[in-house]
Amino acid sequence: MDEIRDLFGREIRVINVGLESFAVVLESLGVPVIHVQWVPPAGGDPARARLLALLDDEDGA
Amino acid sequence: MSIREANERALVRLTSAQPVLVDCRPAREALGLDERTVLHSGPPLLWGQACPTVQAAILCAIRYEGWAADDDAARRLVERGRVTLGPCHHAGAVGPMTGIITASMPVFVVENRPGGNRAHATVNEGLGKVLRFGANDASVIARLDWLAREAGPLLGAALRSSGGLDLRALMAQALRMGDEMHQRNIAASALLARALMPHLARVAADTGAVARVADFMAGNDQFFLNLAMAAAKAAADPCLEIAGSTMVATMARNGTDFGIRVAGLGERWFTAPVNTPEGLYFPGFTAADANPDMGDSAIVETVGLGAFAMAASPAVVRFVGAGGLRDAVRVTEEMAEITLGEHPHFRIPTLDERGTPVGIDIRKVVETGITPLINTGIAGRAPGTGQIGAGVVRAPLACFEQALAAAAAGRVAT
Repeated sequence: MDEIRDLFGREIRVINVGLESFAVVLESLGVPVIHVQWVPPAGGDPARARLLALLDDEDGA
Repeated sequence: MSIREANERALVRLTSAQPVLVDCRPAREALGLDERTVLHSGPPLLWGQACPTVQAAILCAIRYEGWAADDDAARRLVERGRVTLGPCHHAGAVGPMTGIITASMPVFVVENRPGGNRAHATVNEGLGKVLRFGANDASVIARLDWLAREAGPLLGAALRSSGGLDLRALMAQALRMGDEMHQRNIAASALLARALMPHLARVAADTGAVARVADFMAGNDQFFLNLAMAAAKAAADPCLEIAGSTMVATMARNGTDFGIRVAGLGERWFTAPVNTPEGLYFPGFTAADANPDMGDSAIVETVGLGAFAMAASPAVVRFVGAGGLRDAVRVTEEMAEITLGEHPHFRIPTLDERGTPVGIDIRKVVETGITPLINTGIAGRAPGTGQIGAGVVRAPLACFEQALAAAAAGRVAT
């Protein structure tokens, strides 16, 4: 708990992964943000993700 | 061989192709096309599933060949199976929009020098009321007659006299001059005319014929499109026999379905309903008048041109509905997310000489959800209208999902 209190007591710099709207809000408050564009593979669909896992670059044909 | 090795092999084969324009001959000779066959664009299509614009073009082609006197008689021939329909791609050819090819039509012959394989495409008819956009009146047939009677034989004689024109070098140069070779072919058409005219003049017995062919070429900024397509097919076809590769070797649409073929999965089509293009419309037309997506021309995106090379063609950006050069660069960068590499010969000056993104990987499409973007003309949905605009359209994700499932099933089976 003390560590969290310490964290918010200092200048906050943020790396935001995924939902860009979080980064936009922080930026509007003057917080330095680096946004990393990321979405789950295959839109998060487990069936398609399994198919992709079967076709890794190093797999034999 | 790993998937990576198979894809490296496919990409090298695709990008090291050297398409050379060698001839122009009637389809019955060049393709061995039967007298009662009509070829169309895209994956296989049943008559009853064809959109009215494609149906109108098929009936017009039957009248042009003299197999029927009017549309009603032509329709009966098709419905009774007396005229056969088939995809251009299955006959070694490609056709823009409706993609119609019949036996009498002259086709350009493009030879891929490393592989020796050939691909063919019709002579581009020009703009306005033309068969490829579903127009079907007497002026369409008169132009087709002239192409078969005068222009085709003369172009063929000139090309044979030339010993062949190197299309890869011409296309690389045109890209540097602002063409993306789908919706903009002004530079490529001019370069082709420059290379061809001396041979045309040399072989023609009649100066009037030379003047008519020269006028026709000079009046059509899209003259080169069909040659870019044939060159692309000549490059892509040899990839269809590389086991294990997940690279796309064909993208094509028939107004009903969008189809892809994948290097490691051979001749099999994976299809899904086509989308309708969005873009700019000629005065008097709106999106409500647009026909669903069609044409074999997406073969140019398959080899890293068209929308994939949008950053090379600032002049076309607004024409196809995008905002400006920044949007064009964004499109090319987005397509780089789903491709295996950069083209070693097709380079973009505005991107510091980087090659165009090329070699669409079905895995990357499904993983990212980014589908290939295609620059395209827009035909009217009412039969006989012709072209009503130009724009962009996305390939449907479902084609790539089906292909991925088939590739994974093959992997499990081995």
